[in-house]
Amino acid sequence: MIYFFQQALNAAQLGSVYALIALGYTMVYGVLSMINFAHGDLFMVGAFLCFVGVVVLNLSFIPVLLMAMAGVTMLGVATERVAYRPLRNAPKASAIITSLGVGIFLEHFTLGLSPYPKYIPPLLPSFSFNAWGVSVSTFQLATISISFILMLALYLVVNKTRVGLAMRAISADRGIVPLMGVPVDRIIALTFALGSGLGGAAGVMYAMAYPVIDPYIGIIIGWKAFISAVIGGIGNIRGAVLGAYILGTVEIMTAAFLPSTYRDLVAFSLLLILLIFRPHGLLGRVESQKV
Amino acid sequence: MRKIMEFMRPAGALGKYLSVKAVVAAGFMLALAISRFNLLDNYLQLILMLIGINLILTLSLNLVNGYMGEFSVGHAGFMAAGAYVSSILSVKVLASYSPLWVFPCAVLAGGMAAGVVGLAVAVPSFKTRGDYLAIVTLAFSMIVKSVIENIDAVGGPRGFLGMDKLTTLPWVFFWTIATVWIIRNFIYSRFGRGVLSVREDEIAADLTGVNTRNVKMLAFVVSSFFAGIAGGLYAHLIQYISPGVFDIVKSTEMLVMVYLGGVGSIAGSIIGAATYTILLEALRPLGIWRMAVMPLLLILLMIFRPKGIMGYREARCLSPSFGRGAGKEK
Repeated sequence: MIYFFQQALNAAQLGSVYALIALGYTMVYGVLSMINFAHGDLFMVGAFLCFVGVVVLNLSFIPVLLMAMAGVTMLGVATERVAYRPLRNAPKASAIITSLGVGIFLEHFTLGLSPYPKYIPPLLPSFSFNAWGVSVSTFQLATISISFILMLALYLVVNKTRVGLAMRAISADRGIVPLMGVPVDRIIALTFALGSGLGGAAGVMYAMAYPVIDPYIGIIIGWKAFISAVIGGIGNIRGAVLGAYILGTVEIMTAAFLPSTYRDLVAFSLLLILLIFRPHGLLGRVESQKV
Repeated sequence: MRKIMEFMRPAGALGKYLSVKAVVAAGFMLALAISRFNLLDNYLQLILMLIGINLILTLSLNLVNGYMGEFSVGHAGFMAAGAYVSSILSVKVLASYSPLWVFPCAVLAGGMAAGVVGLAVAVPSFKTRGDYLAIVTLAFSMIVKSVIENIDAVGGPRGFLGMDKLTTLPWVFFWTIATVWIIRNFIYSRFGRGVLSVREDEIAADLTGVNTRNVKMLAFVVSSFFAGIAGGLYAHLIQYISPGVFDIVKSTEMLVMVYLGGVGSIAGSIIGAATYTILLEALRPLGIWRMAVMPLLLILLMIFRPKGIMGYREARCLSPSFGRGAGKEK
C-alpha cells in the first residue's frame, strides 16, 4: 500500500510537468485552433536555460525558475511573431508546418550549441522526509506545489481579468471580437506568452526530476503533453490538467506494476480506448469552458 | 511556379507523340543501366533511391492528409510494420529462395502487413476527426514501436539486421512508378472522388450517397500499404532497422515533405520529396547545423508560399485529361 502511495506521489510529480506543458498546447489551440508543435521544444529550451542558470550563472532555484520562464516566454512570443502571425489567414496546414519547422530548428540549434547531454546539479538542498511511510523529496514537493501555484495563477488570469475575458471571447468567436475593440493580435501574443512561460517552468521541473537533458527531450515529453491535452478535450483548460494527471498516473503505475518497457504500450492503448468511447476527450463538450 | 507550368505545357502537346509509357520504360532502362554498369557512384545512387522511397512515403501520407483532409501524424508506424515484416520474411522465412523472388514477395507482404495495421487505424476514424484522429494515429505508431521493442525475437530495442542489400535502383524506380500510377488512378476513380468529398464536407458526402466508411477504410489501407512498401525498401537498402528509426521524427519528416510540396497534389509530393531529400544532402557540409538551417528555409518558404510549392494543383501530365483534352484545346 505504501508502495502504491509512493508511486502516486511520483505520478503527481510527472503529471504536474505534463500539466504545465499541456496548458500551453490547449491555450494556443483555444485562441488559434492551431496545434503549436514547437511547444515541446520550448519546454526543452526551458530545461537548457535552467542548465545555463545553474551551471553558468550560479543562480539559486527561484531566480533560475524566473529566468527560464522569462526566456521561454520571450522565445514563444518571438516565434508567434515571426512564424505564425504572417500565416494567420493562410490554410491551417501551413501554420502546422511552420510550427514543426520551428520545433526542428530549436532542437538542432540547441544541439549545435550543446552537442553532448548536459547534467544539471541539484537545484535545491536534496533531502527527503518521511510522511506516513512515504518518502517525499524536496524536488517533488517543489514541483507539485509550484505547478499548483502557476495553475491557480493561470486560472485567475483567464477567469477574473479583462485579458482573460478577451482570450475566452476570441476562443468563442474570433470573427466578431475585433469589432468589439479587442486587440486580437496582442491577446494572441499574450496567450503565447502565458503558455510558453508555463512550458519554461515545466522545463525547470523536468530538469529537477531527470537531471540529464539533451535537445530531444522536448519531442517525446511534448507529444505526451499534447496527448494529455487531447484526453481532457483540447482547448479546455481544466481538461488539460485532468488529462495530464491521468496520463502521469497511468505511466507511473504501469512502470511500477508491470515491466517498465510496457509503459508506452499501456499508456497509448488506454488513450485509444478512451478516444473510442469519448471521441472528444473527457471534458471536450460544447458547453465546456474554453480559453 | 507559373513559369514551370508554362514549361510543362509543351509536355502536353508532346504527349501526342511521346506517351508516358515510353518515358517510364526509358527511365526504367536507365535505372537498370545505372545499377548494372555503375554509371553513377554509390552515393548518388543511394540518394536517388532515398528520393524514391521518400516519394512513396510522401504520396502515401498525401493520400490521407492532402486528399482526404485528415491529419495523420503516425505514418512511421506503418512504415515500421512494413519494414519489420519484410525483413523477417527475407531473413528468416524465405532466405533459401532466390533473391529475385524473395525481395518482391517480402516487400509486398510488408505492405500488406502495414495495410492491416492501417485498417486498425481506419476504424477509429469513423467516429473521430481532426486533432483527435491525429492522436489516434500517433498512438498507433507509438504502439507499433512499443510492441517491436518488446519482442525479443526481432532484437527489441537493439534493432534487426541480416538483410541482404536487395533494394536496387530499378526496384525503387519500379515501386515509385507503381505508387504514382496506382495512387493517381485511385484518386481519379469513383472511390477517389469519395475521398475528396470526405475532405470537402463529410456530412454532405454521406447525404449524397457516398459510403464514407468504406472510402475512409480504403484510403487508409491503400495509404498504409504504400508506407509499408517504402518501409520494406528502406530496410533492404540500409540493411539495419530499429524501433528508434521509426519514431515521431520520421513521421515529422514525412509531414514536412508533404506540406513542402503541397497537399492534394501528386506533382507536389514528387517535388516535395525530391527537394527535401536533395536539400538535406546539399546542406551536409554544414554538419550539425544543417538541421537548423533546413527548417529556417522551410519556414521562409511557408511564409511566402503558404500552400506549399504545388498546393492543390496538378502537373498536366498527371491529370486525367492528359492526352485526351490536351489536343482539343489547341
